[in-house]
Formats: sequence, C-alpha cells, structure tokens
Amino acid sequence: MEHLVYEFGPYPPLPAATAAALAGVVSSGNMEVLLEARPLEGRLRLVIDTAIEGYADTWRAVAADFAERHRVGDLLVTINDAGATPSVVTLRLAQAMEELQR
Amino acid sequence: MTTDWNRGAEQRRRRLEAARERGLGKLVPAERAVELLETLLAPGDRLCVEGNNQKHADFLSACLAQVDPARVHGLHVVQSNLALPQHLDVFERGIAARLDFCYSGEQGVRMARLVKEGRIELGAIHTYLELYSRYFVDLTPQVAFVAAQSADAQGNLYTGPNTEDTPAVVEGTAFKNGIVIAQVNEIVERVPRVDVPADWVGFVVQAPKPHYIEPIFTRDPAQISEIQVLMAMMVIKGLYAPYQVTRLNHGIGFDTAAIELILPTYGASLGLKDRICQYMTVNPCPTLIPAIESGIVKGIHCAGSELGMERYVEQRSDVFFNGPDGSMRSNRVFCQLAGHYVDLFIGSTLQIDLEGNSSTATLNRIAGFGGAPNFGCESRGRRHVSPGWLKAGEESAASRMSKMPRGRKLVVQLVETFREKMQPTFVERLDAWQLQEDFGLELPPVMVYGDDVTHLVTEEGIAHLHRCTTLAEREQAIRGVAGYTPVGLRRDRGAVAALQARGILQRPEDLGIDPRMATRDLLAAKSIKDLVRWSGGLYEPPNRFRNW
Repeated sequence: MEHLVYEFGPYPPLPAATAAALAGVVSSGNMEVLLEARPLEGRLRLVIDTAIEGYADTWRAVAADFAERHRVGDLLVTINDAGATPSVVTLRLAQAMEELQR
Repeated sequence: MTTDWNRGAEQRRRRLEAARERGLGKLVPAERAVELLETLLAPGDRLCVEGNNQKHADFLSACLAQVDPARVHGLHVVQSNLALPQHLDVFERGIAARLDFCYSGEQGVRMARLVKEGRIELGAIHTYLELYSRYFVDLTPQVAFVAAQSADAQGNLYTGPNTEDTPAVVEGTAFKNGIVIAQVNEIVERVPRVDVPADWVGFVVQAPKPHYIEPIFTRDPAQISEIQVLMAMMVIKGLYAPYQVTRLNHGIGFDTAAIELILPTYGASLGLKDRICQYMTVNPCPTLIPAIESGIVKGIHCAGSELGMERYVEQRSDVFFNGPDGSMRSNRVFCQLAGHYVDLFIGSTLQIDLEGNSSTATLNRIAGFGGAPNFGCESRGRRHVSPGWLKAGEESAASRMSKMPRGRKLVVQLVETFREKMQPTFVERLDAWQLQEDFGLELPPVMVYGDDVTHLVTEEGIAHLHRCTTLAEREQAIRGVAGYTPVGLRRDRGAVAALQARGILQRPEDLGIDPRMATRDLLAAKSIKDLVRWSGGLYEPPNRFRNW
C-alpha cells in the first residue's frame, strides 16, 4: 500500500452544501473516488491509497492535470485504488465531477 | 555431355517405391507412421510441418520426434508456426538442424535457448506470406505434413472450415517432386468436398485423435473495458467515418472486438450503416456476430475458422465463403493477400517507439511474425482507388514531395498507453534492438514500420502521423497521445498544442466524444451468452467460454 497526498490551488471554492459524489468500485484494475466539499482554504486536496507502489510521479501528473482542468477549491478527493491505469483514474474523476455538479 | 533434368522425380519415385516395398500403401496405419517417416525422409531434407496459429499436423510431428536420429537427421524445417513442444524436440534430438519459420508464440523462450546453444541454425524469421512464397522459390519442401478433417480411400482430402495453409503447402510440395503426407481425423467413404485431390497426396494416416486446434480468435465481451469502448468510438467517428472505410482488416484483440461490438449501436447511431465496415478479411470472430446480424458487415473472407462458429458460418453463406457442401473453406494466403489490398488495417501491438515503429518482440523470446506485417503496411502495388485511399494519399506529407498524385493505405495502431502491470506501450527504444543483439539477427524484428503507419489511436486521442512533415513533428504527435507514460510526460506541450490546432492530433473532445459516454452499455453484446443469443443459437462456444 502507498499513501499519497497532493494539494493544489487555491481555486474558487465549491459551495459547502454540495452533496458528495462517488464513482467507481475497488476491484482489480479499477478504483473508487469520493468527492466532498470541505473547508480547505480554497485548496483542492487529493488523498490516495493505492495497492500498487512506485507510481507517485504518475499520480502527481494525473492529479495536477485534474486540478488544472477543473480549478475547484475546498474539494477533498479520496481515492482507493486497486491498480487503475491513469486513463481509468482520469475517467473516474471526470465521472465523479459530473455527479458532483448535477 | 548428358544432363539429368529429372533427378527430383527420380528421387521421389525411389522413395515411394521404398515405402511400397515395405507394404505401406496410400492409407498408412497410425502405428506405422514412424516407420513411414523413416522410410521417406532423407538426411538434410527440407520438411514442411503444417502448423499455423490454429490447425496443426500434431500427430505426424509427434511421430517425427520419435524417428531414429541415426536414420533421419539434419532436416531443414520450413514451418510457419512452432506451437507445440514436439516441434522443438526434433532439434533437441538432432533430427532437425536448420529452421526457417514465422512465429513461435508459446515456444519462444525455449527456441531462444536452443538457438543460443547452437542446436537450431536459424535461417530467417518470415511473415506468413513470405514463407509461403518461398515454398515456390528456394524453400520448396521435399516432404510436407498436412492436417485434414477427412480422407477417402483414394486419398482425396477434405480440410473442413480450417483449410488455412493446406493449399499453399500442398501445391509447393506436390508440384516440385515432393511427397505430401496427410494426417486426417477420419477415413470416410466419400469426402464432403475435395479440397486436395488424391493424386497430389502421397500417404494418408488416420491420427488416433483429431488434430489440435485452438480457439484463438474468441474474445469474451465481458472483459472489454470502458477505455476500450472509448477508443473504439474514436476509431469509428474519427477514422472509419471521415475516410469512408468500407473494406478493412481487424487485428485480433479486445481493442478491435470493442469496435465490432459498438458498430450496431454507436456506429448505427451516427448513421454509418451501409457506409462503413462492409467487407472484412478476418477470421470468423464471434464478436462480429452482432454487426453481421445487424446487416452492417456484408462479406467476410477468412484466413482460418474459429471453433464454435462452424454452424453459424454455414447458415450465413451470403457473408462467408462456403463450398458447395455448405461448410466454409478458409485460405490464409488469399485472405492475407485480400487484406493487403483493403483500405485499412487496424491492430494492436506491445511497444511503439518515437518514430512509430512497433514490435511485439520481448526480451528472451523469439516470437516472430504472423500476418500483421503484410496487413499493416502500405500496399505500393495498389492501383484501384477508393475514397479513403485517395484522402489518405492527399493528406500524406510524403505525397507533397512528388508531383504525381497517389493514394495510401490506412494503417492504424490501436493501443492503450499502458499495458498490463503498468508496462508503458510507448518506449524510447524498442526491446527489438536488444533482441537483435542477443540473437545475432541482421535487423531488429519490427512488426509494423513507423513510415507505414498513418494513425495512432490511444485513449488520449488520434495522431495523424502521415500528416507530419518531419520526424521531430512525428515524435511530438506520438508523445502527444502517449498519456502519462514517461514518453508522454516528456512531450513539448507547446508543440503538441500546435499539432492539436492543426488537427494532426485530435483529443476525444475534438471529435465530439465525451469520455463519460463511453460505457459498456454501448456493447451490442456484453457476454458470450449474448453472442449466442444474437446468433439465434447457431454459435456454439467452446466450454472454456461458457459460464452458464
């Protein structure tokens, strides 16, 4: 297991009342992501627990692209990963963002 | 000076006579097969053992491994596919010494060891078409083993739907004083159709059990991922539609299976029925059933058959090439040739470098080539035109260096940026270079050359490589679709953005595709059972694919 935390921002904050959003499941080659509004002084925080070690650089790059694409602050992103590829990670994040903004 | 111009015929006559003297007639009992081979084969003979990626003359090749090396040795094996342990046992025992082949798959690691130990003198690694061609040039076999479904007492052969390489092997052998030995599953009074006439066949052996055959073209839709659906959407909307691709060849894999399975859903929703994918040169892949049943795919010529598809194919004679007896006759040579002249080839690979060269070679393993290089290359002898061929030709940067207009074949590589276990598909240097060094090959084994590739499709987008004017531009286009691989992360963001602005690189959003819409719901069949249902119960999947 590897535990990674990345922060970006500050960005325009997500309204505190926004309902949480979930996408994906923890199964082989997949992951689940939970998005929640949290007071983070306008920052976007990603907390990642991954079953596969040694890909911190890749996670940082995927996380940075996600933050830059959406630019949302006061957002906590919690990821439980079971070996998802970066494309699956990006897709799950996009799906969760869509759910969040509904 | 007198010259004997018929030494081959004389040698053939003597060999047949030696067999007759031993009481070996046209039909040879299985228990005398080893004796037959010891009688017919002479040291140093060129021997073809029919064995491709599906059907194998496995009983005869097992018998060959049992011959006395004191009598039969130093054979030169000219065989397309080495798939079974006995294919290499003959080298370990000294029965064979030299090898010209195409593909070794499962046996690749052991073959590499035997080459290093000097037990195999390696001639060359070929594509299928190249090796078949050489049967008619300088690698003509003195003896060939083939596999057929049935034979009659005269020796007429019925190959069944898996005709595959048999016609090429038999013709190359029988018409140059060689001797064809056929192993058959059964002896019948009357064969359903004559695939090989009796007078081309020397001997027939009924094998104790049916020849080995592998269902290698079946992909379970249950294993297709959303990412593969996304890439399939990009291929259909970004390539098949604008290039109006009606004639094509699909490589085998989950990536192309995903395309086949969204043709009736996504493809039809774009109004592309009757406009794309009408004629294919490919095996009868079960994942094609929904597209056939929907009336999208209208004609298919097959290199081989596929286990479980026989009854379905028989009942769809407007689509497949079936004989007067009703069953399909496949033919690998004709299918490969047909596939060479279609508008588009799309397939997958293991590694792609910065020039777009691709290779399936991995370290310590001599896997070799199959048909992909002949499908996945520009067909420079083509003269007839089609809209996609003309469009690709007009767009090609290379075309601008000549005043003479010409078309171009679409050669597409379809890959995810990462393979299993997070192995990056994109690399700075192919493992093929290391393989060349390790085994003293003249060239690195490249499956598809970069300058033949027109398009690269990954989950990150489509790179129109043929439109790049310099190698530097091509490199950035490749890095631009290489995602989070080290090759992708080292891209020049400015250069990639410029390529995107020129449409040389297209992201899903540039194609009007929302990745979130790429779900498994688009698959016309989500399981093997769905495929059976689509076929009206005609598709009979092998047990390993049944989970109900």
